[in-house]
Amino acid sequence: MTGFGKLLRTTAFRLAVIYLVIFVLFAGAVLGYVAWNTHRLLESQLTETIETEINSLAEQYRVGGPRRLAATIDRRSRQANGFLYLYADPRGEVLAGNATELVSVLQSAPGWRDVPFRRFEELERRPTFAKVRLFALPNGFRLIVGHDLEERMRLRQVIRQAMGLSLLLVLVLGGFGALMVSRRVLRPVEDITSAAQRIMSGDIKGRLPVRGVGDEFDRLAESLNQMLARIDELMTGMRAVSDNIAHDLRTPLTRLRAGAEAALRTARSPDEMRLALERTIEESDTLIKVFNALLMIARAEAGSTPGALSDLDLAQIVRDVGELYEPVAEEAKLALIMRADEAARVRGNRELLGQALSNLVDNAVKYGAPGPGVAQPAEIRLELGRENGMALLIVSDHGAGVPPADRERVLDRFVRLEKSRAQPGFGLGLSLVAAIARLHGGSFHIEDNGPGVRAVLSLPLVDASAGPRDAA
Amino acid sequence: MSMKILIVEDDAEAAAYLAKALREAGHVVDQAGDGERGLEMAVSAPYDVMIVDRMLPKRDGLSLVSAVRAEERDTPILVLSALGQVDDRVLGLRAGGDDYLSKPYAFTELLARVEALGRRRVSSPTQTIYRVGELEMDRLSHRVLRGTQEIDLQPREFRLLEYLMRNAGQVVTRTMLLEHVWDYHFDPQTNVIDVHMSRLRAKIDKGFEKPLLHTVRGAGYMVRDGIR
Repeated sequence: MTGFGKLLRTTAFRLAVIYLVIFVLFAGAVLGYVAWNTHRLLESQLTETIETEINSLAEQYRVGGPRRLAATIDRRSRQANGFLYLYADPRGEVLAGNATELVSVLQSAPGWRDVPFRRFEELERRPTFAKVRLFALPNGFRLIVGHDLEERMRLRQVIRQAMGLSLLLVLVLGGFGALMVSRRVLRPVEDITSAAQRIMSGDIKGRLPVRGVGDEFDRLAESLNQMLARIDELMTGMRAVSDNIAHDLRTPLTRLRAGAEAALRTARSPDEMRLALERTIEESDTLIKVFNALLMIARAEAGSTPGALSDLDLAQIVRDVGELYEPVAEEAKLALIMRADEAARVRGNRELLGQALSNLVDNAVKYGAPGPGVAQPAEIRLELGRENGMALLIVSDHGAGVPPADRERVLDRFVRLEKSRAQPGFGLGLSLVAAIARLHGGSFHIEDNGPGVRAVLSLPLVDASAGPRDAA
Repeated sequence: MSMKILIVEDDAEAAAYLAKALREAGHVVDQAGDGERGLEMAVSAPYDVMIVDRMLPKRDGLSLVSAVRAEERDTPILVLSALGQVDDRVLGLRAGGDDYLSKPYAFTELLARVEALGRRRVSSPTQTIYRVGELEMDRLSHRVLRGTQEIDLQPREFRLLEYLMRNAGQVVTRTMLLEHVWDYHFDPQTNVIDVHMSRLRAKIDKGFEKPLLHTVRGAGYMVRDGIR
C-alpha cells in the first residue's frame, strides 16, 4: 500500500476531512448570510433613493405640468449621478432622458423592474443593469426613473472575491488545524496500538500507557490493562495446574509401571500373571479417578466456570445424599441424621454439589466412629442451615477429628492424616470439596466438633424475592 | 441376544479392540473410522446400537448423532468421550445420544450399557408388569410379590428393583444404578451401592431357595431366573 493510500485510511485523516467539510460549510453559510444581508440593505437604500427622486419629480410635475417635468428631467439627465430618466409622449417619442434601451419597456405595465440600459453618450458600451420604476402619466405620457446597479455589482464582486479568498484561507488553516487536532486526539490510540503489539510479541507483563488525565482513552487503557491482568492470572493459574497435575500423577504412574514390571519379572504361572494384570487395571482405574479429580480441582482453582449452573434446592441434595449413604453409615454402626427441612436455593451444579456432599459424608462414615470413652453418640449429622445470606451444608461426626494445626493442610491435595492407610482414598476428597465450594462462590472449612469433625460448606443463597427464578 | 452394533471411532486400535471384545460377547460389529462414513453406514443399514466417539475426523460425534436423529433414526446411541467433564454428558445427551461414557472405561461397563440400550429398544416402555421367575412387580400399584408373598420395599429400593427387572438377564453396573436410580453421575468412592443391594437382596431373596439377584464379579448386578 502506498503511503498516501495508508494516509487515506487513517481515522485521523477521515476525522480531519469531516471536520474540514463542516468548517467550510459553516464559513460559507456565514459569508453567504452577510452577503445576502448587505445586498438587501443596498437594494432597499436604492429603492429609497429612487423613491425620493420620484417624489421630487412629482413635485415639479404638480407645479409646472409636463413641460416643467420635461425641463427638469432634461437638466437632471446631464448630471452624472447615476440616475436614469426617460420621459416619452403617448406615441413613444422621447421628450427627455439620458438612457436608451429603456424604450423597450416603455409600454409595459407600470412598476419596478431590473432592466439593461445604456446612456445616450456611451452607446458603444455593453448594456449594464439598472433598477427602474415605470409610471403611466395622464394622457398617455410615460416616465421611467431609475438608478444604475453599478454599486451593487461592485459590492457583489468584492464579496465574491472575499468569499473565494476566505474559503481558501479556511481550507488551508482548517485542513491544517483538523490534521493537527485529529492527530493529537488519536495519538493515544497509536500508543495503545503499539503497546498492544509489544505485549503480543512477548512482553506479557507489559501494560498499556495510562496518561492519568482520566479521559476516555485512559479508561480504555485501564480496562484493557485489567483484562490483561486477568488473562495473566488465568495463564499463571493454568500453568500451576498443569505443573501440579504432572507432579501429582508421576507418583501413581511410577507405581503402576513398577508393579507391571515386577509382575513380568517374577510371575511364574498364568494365574499369577492374571492377578498382576488385574492389579494393573485396578491401579490404572485409580489413576483415572485421581486424574479426573485433579482435573476438576485444577479447573476450579483456575477459576474457570463449572458450566451449566441452575437454581437448585440444597435440601433435595441433602436428602439424596443422605439416603444414598444411610445404609453404609448403618453398616459402620453410625446413625445418619438429616436436618434439612427448609429449602435453601443456590445457583449451582447439582452433580458437583452432590459429589462434594457425598465426599464429606463418605469421610464421616470412614472416620466418624467415636473412639473409646467418648460420651457423644455414634452419629453423623447432615444439616442444612442459613447464615448471613449463605446456605450452610454441615456434616459433623464425633470421630477422632482433625487437629487444629492440620485443618488447613487437610484441604491440600494428597494429604491424608491417617498414617495407617487402612481406609481407601487418595487424599483428594476434601480438596475437591474446597474447589467445588470456590467454584460456586462459597467457602469450605473444618471446625472442631468436640470431639470430631464439623465440616462446613457455605454457598451463597439465591434470594427468591430478589429476582426472577431461573429454573434452567 | 445378539445385536448388530456400529462403532464409529477414529482410533483404529481402540476400535479394533472394542470390536473384538463385542464380537466375543456374541454381537455383530461394523466399524467406521470417521463421522461421514459413520453417518453413511448409520442411515443405510439398521443397527441395534451405535457407539460414537465424540471427537471424529470429518464430522464430529455430536453432529453425527444430531444428523442420525434428523434422519428420524431412533437407533440407541452411546456417546464416548475423552473429555469426562460434567457438562459433556449434558451436551452428549442433548445432541440426541442415549447414554454417555467417558474414556477410559472398563469394557464390562461399556458392554453392560450397550446391552441395556439394545434391550430397551426391544422391551416396551409402557409395560406395567415385570416378571422374573416367581418375582412380580406391578409398576402402577407399586406392589412386589415373590410367589404369593408380598414384599415391602422403600421407594428407592423399588426403583432399584424396577431398573434391575427392566434389564433382567443383563448386567447392570453400579454407576448405571447410581445414574438411573439417584440421577447422579459421579463415582461413589465407597461401596454405597453394594450396601443398598445387599438390603434389597435381603428383602427379595432371603428365605427363598433360589436367589434371583446375582452379583456379577467385576461388573455389577443382575436379576435373573436361574433356570432360563
